[in-house]
This record gives sequence, C-alpha cells and structure tokens, in this order.
Amino acid sequence: MSRALALLSRETVLAWGRGGGPLVSLGFYAGVATLLPLATGPEPARLAAVAPGAAWVALALAALLSLDRLFERDFEDGALDLLTLSPLPLEIACAIKCLGQWLATGAPLALAAPVAAIALGAKPQLAPLIFACSLMGGLAFSFMGGIGASLSLGARRGGLLTAVIVLPLFVPPVIFGGGALDSFSGGLPWRAGFALLAAYAAAAVALGPLAMAAACRNALS
Amino acid sequence: MIPAPAFLSNPERFMAFSRWAAPMFGVIAVALALAGLWLGFTAPEDYQQGDTVRIMFIHVPAAWLSMFVYVCLAVASFLALVFRHALADAAAQAAAPLGAAFTFLALVTGALWGRPMWGAWWVWDARLTSVLVLFLVYLAYIALRASLDDEAKAARAGAILALVGAVNLPVVKFSVDWWNTLHQGASVFRKQGPAMTNEFLWPLLLMGLAFMAAFGSLWLVGIRAQVWRRRAEAAALRAARG
Repeated sequence: MSRALALLSRETVLAWGRGGGPLVSLGFYAGVATLLPLATGPEPARLAAVAPGAAWVALALAALLSLDRLFERDFEDGALDLLTLSPLPLEIACAIKCLGQWLATGAPLALAAPVAAIALGAKPQLAPLIFACSLMGGLAFSFMGGIGASLSLGARRGGLLTAVIVLPLFVPPVIFGGGALDSFSGGLPWRAGFALLAAYAAAAVALGPLAMAAACRNALS
Repeated sequence: MIPAPAFLSNPERFMAFSRWAAPMFGVIAVALALAGLWLGFTAPEDYQQGDTVRIMFIHVPAAWLSMFVYVCLAVASFLALVFRHALADAAAQAAAPLGAAFTFLALVTGALWGRPMWGAWWVWDARLTSVLVLFLVYLAYIALRASLDDEAKAARAGAILALVGAVNLPVVKFSVDWWNTLHQGASVFRKQGPAMTNEFLWPLLLMGLAFMAAFGSLWLVGIRAQVWRRRAEAAALRAARG
C-alpha cells in the first residue's frame, strides 16, 4: 500500500511539476474554447447549440496531448525497468500511472470544462453534469489512452502512433458523454448516457491495466 | 475460422497444404464470382432502386468480410500471443491488409450507393461510422506493426492491440447504434428469414461465398509470403554471421 501511494505521489508530482500536465492541457483547452467562436461566428444561438459538444471534444483532445509522456519518459530513463522489478505488480503500477495522469490533467480539466461551456453559451444548469461527465470521461480517456501510449513504446514517431491507436478507443466515451449532455440540454432522459459513460470508464479502469502491463513487458523484453 | 489449427500449426504441413489450397480457393472464388455476377446482372431491376441495387452484390459481401476478417485477425492474434506460434502471427499480419481492403471496399461502394439513394456520399450514421472505426482499427494495427523494428515485439504489441480492438468493437458498434441510425438493419440473417426475393438472394449469397474464397486464397498466399520472407531473413542472418 505504501509503495502504491509513493508511486502515486511520484506520478502526480512529475505530472504537475515543471509547468507540465495541467497548465499545458488547460492552455490548450482555453485555446480551443477561444478559437471556436472566432471560427464558427459569435451568434449566441449557434454557439449554445455546439457548446457542450465542443467542450467535450476539446476534453478528449486535451487528454491526448499529455499521453506521450505517460510511459515514454520512464521507458527512456529506465524507471519502467525498475517498476517491473518492484514487488508491486506491473498492472497496479500502470493503473497508478494512469490515475496520476488523471489527477494531474483530467481533474483540472473537469473543473475547467463547465466554465468553458458556459462561456460559450451553454445553460448554467448543465454545469454539474458537464463536471461529472468530464470527470468520468477523463478517467476513460486516461486509461484507454494508456493502452495506446504503452503499445507505441519504442516505436518510431510514437506520438502520432498513439493518436492513431487511441482514436477508435475514444469513440464510445465521446458518444456516451456527448449524448448525455445533449439529452439533458434537450430536456430528455440523460441518465442512460451517463451510466454508460461510467460503465465504460469502469471497464477501462478494470481491463486497461492488463493490456498496458502486457505492452510494457513486451517493450522492455 | 481457422480450419483445423492444430493440423496446420506445423509449418511444413501448412506449406504443403497451402501450396495447392491457395490456387484452389482462387479458382473457386473466380467461378463463384462469375456465377454471382451473371445472376446479379440478369436479375430484374429493383422496383424502388432501379439498377443501383446491383451495388449490393459487392457492397454487402465486402461488409461481411470486413467483420469476418477481423474475427480471423483476433483469433490468430490470440493464438500468437498465448502459444507464441510464429505461423499464427504470420496469419495475423497477413490478415490485416486484407481486412483493411475489404473495409475500404465496403465504405467506397457504400458511398457510391448512398449518393443516388440517400442523396449524400456520406452520412454520419451508425453503421457507416462503426465501419469507419473498424477501418481505423485496421490502420492502427498496420501502423503499429510497421513502426516497431523488432519483429517479435511488433508481433506481440500488434496482438495486444488486436485483442483490445476485439473487446472494444462491439461497444463501438453498440454506442454508434445508440447515437444515430439511418442505415437499414440486417435483411439476410434474420429470425424471420431473408427479407428479399430469391432473384436477389442467390447472387448475393454466391458473391458472399466468392468473397470468402477470395479471402481464403489471398490469406494463404499472404501467410506463405510471410513465411518465405522470414526464412529469407533468417538465411541472410546466417550468411552474415558466416
């Protein structure tokens, strides 16, 4: 347990430190939210219609941004070798790395998402649901993204490869979350979409580490 | 799926079998395709769709194969990952470009059919989107294998990705169904029996079998090519060592 906590604090500190993780992601997120009205035109009605979806897509892209540092850095400096030697199962270590990634980028983005959506003209009542969806979706993005990041370890042009691998894995959470937000703003039942998003995140948390650990062992072999 | 994998897992036996099986499947594919196309072009025009209904005889078998090949890819990847069998890996590697080609064919013929029928080349509909995602998964698999230099590592990483995709694709399919649907549902494999007349059903089934045989033939040729390539590389390494 103490090992797991030590690893978690290391991951979070590394991700937060050096002006990395949250600032880059938040900057990217703010950039997308600012550029969107400039590109689509500032009519409030049109912006309000796309605001929740745009906030949601920007979240998925911002999650993609920090993925290449999730395993690559530890792979290059040998820390990943040490992690495989530790008594902590590699599956748990991978799960903790993704959790740290989520704490450093997913959680701050979840706080920023409602603000950005409301600034774009979404209804304020939507804010709690956007926050909850972003929190859940961020978890799914981190763990599914971890699969892509670990598979492309040691590959040429790993960052691009990660994006290609992760794109199909991001489809269900984007659909579920976007659907829940859309139904809510249309006054339709939204619980089904949110429950499916939570189920997908739970499955990603449960099964993702197995694939990640297998991929890491393969890259180190 | 793989006929008698235990028998064919021996590379020598596989090479002896595929030597005559590959051209035989090819001949069967050509014969079935000729029969299917003949019946397809002599079938009467559809009362609603006119001549464009004949696109179905290419489009639907390609769509069937796009999924069937993924099942083959996933099973071969599983066998390669669990038993570390080189032939299973060669099978997975050879299946991926074929699957991508069938998926691409289904997408292109679908677009050609969609333009006259729906008035649009592409609509963001559930079926179309899930096939597009399937195509992306094939591309990701091919890209992953191509960008890892170490053959053994590329094989295992590819197998992991293929299995993750196999778990994920039903969810993708279900999620896009829930998202939006315009494409018609299944009309051949239904509980109530096929929803089309025999004049269309026969050419469709013949073309489906022809595509299946063509895949079998090309797959065997692809696996043979992989085996020869690996043997050539091993021989080159031996020669270099002196």
